[in-house]
Amino acid sequence: MTGSRSFLARLREGDAIARLVTFLFAASVVLITILLVYELWVNSALPRHKFGFHFFVTSVWDPILDQFGALPFIYGTVVTSAVALLIAVPLGIGAAIFLAELAPPRISDTLQFFIDLLAAVPSVIYGLLGVFIIVPLMRTVIAPTLIKTLGFLPIFRGPSYGVGFFTAGIVMAIMVIPYIISVSREVLLSVPRDQREAALALGSTRWESTWKVVVPFAKTGIMGSIFLAMARALGETMAVTMVIGNSPKIAASLFAPGYSIAAVIANEFTEATGDLYLQSLVYLGLVLFLLTFLLNGMARLLILATTQKGSKVTA
Amino acid sequence: MTDARLQWRKFVSNFMLTMTGLCALVSVSALFFILGYLLFNGGTSINWAFFTQLPKPVGETGGGMANAIVGSGKLLLAASAFGVPIGFLGGIYLAEFSGGFVASIVRYAADLLNGVPSIVIGIFAYSVVVLPFKHFSTLAGAFALGLMMIPITLRSTEEFLKAVPSNLREGAMALGASKSKTISTVIVPAAYRGILTAILLALARVAGETAPLLFTAFGNRFWTNGWTTPTASLPVMIFTYAVSPYDDWHRQAWAAGLVLLGLILIINILARTILSRGIAVPRS
Amino acid sequence: MSSSRPGISVNIASTTGAPTSREPSAPLPMRMTISKLNFFYGAKQILFDINMGIADKRVTALIGPSGCGKSTLLRTLNRMHETVNSSRLEGEILLDNQNILAQDVTAVRSRVGMVFQRPNPFPKSIFDNIAYGPRINGMKGALSEIVEKSLRHAALWEEVKDQLHKSAYELSGGQQQRLCIARALAVEPEVLLLDEPCSALDPISTAKIEELLVELKNLTTIAIVTHNMQQAARVSDFTAFLLTGQIIEFSPTPHLFTTPSDPRTEAYITGRFG
Repeated sequence: MTGSRSFLARLREGDAIARLVTFLFAASVVLITILLVYELWVNSALPRHKFGFHFFVTSVWDPILDQFGALPFIYGTVVTSAVALLIAVPLGIGAAIFLAELAPPRISDTLQFFIDLLAAVPSVIYGLLGVFIIVPLMRTVIAPTLIKTLGFLPIFRGPSYGVGFFTAGIVMAIMVIPYIISVSREVLLSVPRDQREAALALGSTRWESTWKVVVPFAKTGIMGSIFLAMARALGETMAVTMVIGNSPKIAASLFAPGYSIAAVIANEFTEATGDLYLQSLVYLGLVLFLLTFLLNGMARLLILATTQKGSKVTA
Repeated sequence: MTDARLQWRKFVSNFMLTMTGLCALVSVSALFFILGYLLFNGGTSINWAFFTQLPKPVGETGGGMANAIVGSGKLLLAASAFGVPIGFLGGIYLAEFSGGFVASIVRYAADLLNGVPSIVIGIFAYSVVVLPFKHFSTLAGAFALGLMMIPITLRSTEEFLKAVPSNLREGAMALGASKSKTISTVIVPAAYRGILTAILLALARVAGETAPLLFTAFGNRFWTNGWTTPTASLPVMIFTYAVSPYDDWHRQAWAAGLVLLGLILIINILARTILSRGIAVPRS
Repeated sequence: MSSSRPGISVNIASTTGAPTSREPSAPLPMRMTISKLNFFYGAKQILFDINMGIADKRVTALIGPSGCGKSTLLRTLNRMHETVNSSRLEGEILLDNQNILAQDVTAVRSRVGMVFQRPNPFPKSIFDNIAYGPRINGMKGALSEIVEKSLRHAALWEEVKDQLHKSAYELSGGQQQRLCIARALAVEPEVLLLDEPCSALDPISTAKIEELLVELKNLTTIAIVTHNMQQAARVSDFTAFLLTGQIIEFSPTPHLFTTPSDPRTEAYITGRFG
């Protein structure tokens, strides 16, 4: 009997070890995440103490004079993201509606497959396309046309060198469209069948049942997909760096060169001399982290709310 | 309801169907445009020299990206060695051993990590690996990339393990196998295909990452020996060459882009088709 | 809803052949007539040679065991089967002597309404739910009047008249189903189809809706699928009994339930199967 007892004990021990080991690895994920936030916080102490909240409203970024203000980068990030969303949201939601509501299942799945591949294209490749295809296009075709027709508007004032907020926004739009499409499509597919059938049974056309019943039902989830896209756009580094113009100035025109938070970190981090300079860049990184954290969190809540609504029937 | 009104409503319905279809077409066509441009501009520059030679000194034409290719390979290898065990074993913990509360904290942390912009991951890796050792290194780059592999590996492992039918589990335990034995001999083998393809997808994702390498692995115009010195990588080379003023470097950037994207897409297509024959692809 | 027109007399003969014995009645106008209907999902045939009529301003019930095809049959009457790609239909379905299969489907569905098994109000206010149909059909008349009229017909007005702007999801299950009935009535359909409307409801709500149906037939023609035989007996004027996709018997309700002509009908209604 001692043999079997030790066998059982060995068994339990093996389980206990397995449990402990796997727990340690799982816990390390949490520890790493905590460490990340800690490092960001600690390594941005100098500018936080020196500038405080002024950091976010000052537009001077002068490493020589040790003056660091984040406003140009926040402006650039916001403007390029806005342009990107203005382009990507209608296109993306339109495409998602087509894939979820109107296309036959096989076409829908095939197109979704290609969308998934599009999401896998790395940022630097988009940058490549941006630099060599979109920048010249902007300079020679798009900007001159817009300046000629709408040049009286401050946002379309010339000249354009090809780089700038608009170009960065276009490139970013292509990058975030797959996220809007994938999530919105899933959300739309989760709308209960009988909502659509009720609308059709009342004599709706297919578009009416889609637009007036199914899409409103999925409204919060679609908002969630937009937040997700915003979070992705904010963190977008390489493609933007390559086409935004790298100029830390606030300008009204979309054709002007600018800068984004991620781009300035990418360009200046390795050249930063002095602790205040480097830590100001880390401070920017912290801001970026917080923004994406908030947006991702909201996106998750919104998407969850819609997919759960689909399974709830009566009050 | 008048006939005219009905005709109008039907017209609107068909019109919008076409418009949304156009939206879908335009979106998907972006992929083919990208591939097309890469093939057109980079296809001719892919030659033996590209794969075997080092970069030539600045200003000279010719040369290749052999060191960048090898560098990327080393980075990905080390990144997997770091990120995959954490994700895999952590995932086993979540699926097999943990209670609700701990599991949700770990999952939340993983989702958080997943959403961190890659440049911020770079900052983190810099402060944790580069600063203490006072120089850029392959290891720092691998650390950054490995971090990015953890969340995908963790979630996928958990999902695929949980998807193993419970009767397999129960069958093994009824035969007297301990929990750890059941996991290692029955459950993991049943789920390994899905987990492996998820790891491949994670690799494909970090293979193209540039930002985290900018201040960790940094870059190198020569061969790198060992793991503690800066190394070249394909994505960083593409970036450096693309923003440079040299036409020859532009040409090489296209070629490198084609190689990089080609590899990434092939891995993606393979992984997704293998997965679609079984369980659904988890959202990355 | 247009006035009744002279139609075919009710075919109450059992489809198995022998005519039944009962008192002759005056011919009743048919609002809808189904002839030689065969229905398929892909290669599988679900309905076989269906011939029947839906009598104008009366309640016709379709009963039968699960899987007999009664819901499938009901759904052909407003062409809802077309939402499934693999469905195929042969035969004719006449509404006021015009084949609905040859008409525009949107127009058909605004004349033949449907209430579903589970209440499915839109995530809108009570008012907007009911106003949905009239709005898209461009109906004349003030919306608030149409909404009130429909709610009264559905015996829901008194309960919700002060909360029309509230979300439909705040109503109870039984109220939601009456809301769905009101919503369907708002477009003034000529025929109202109900697919097991009470199966998800409690007995009290069920009773309320059954009362409602008996009154509604003055307003519109009704066809109802139900697996509850007592309900069919209480509420309907005519009943069709289906078994594996065929109509076994179709007669006035009192006749079918007291002296059924076919032994299978008798077996079903006495509970020997189904």
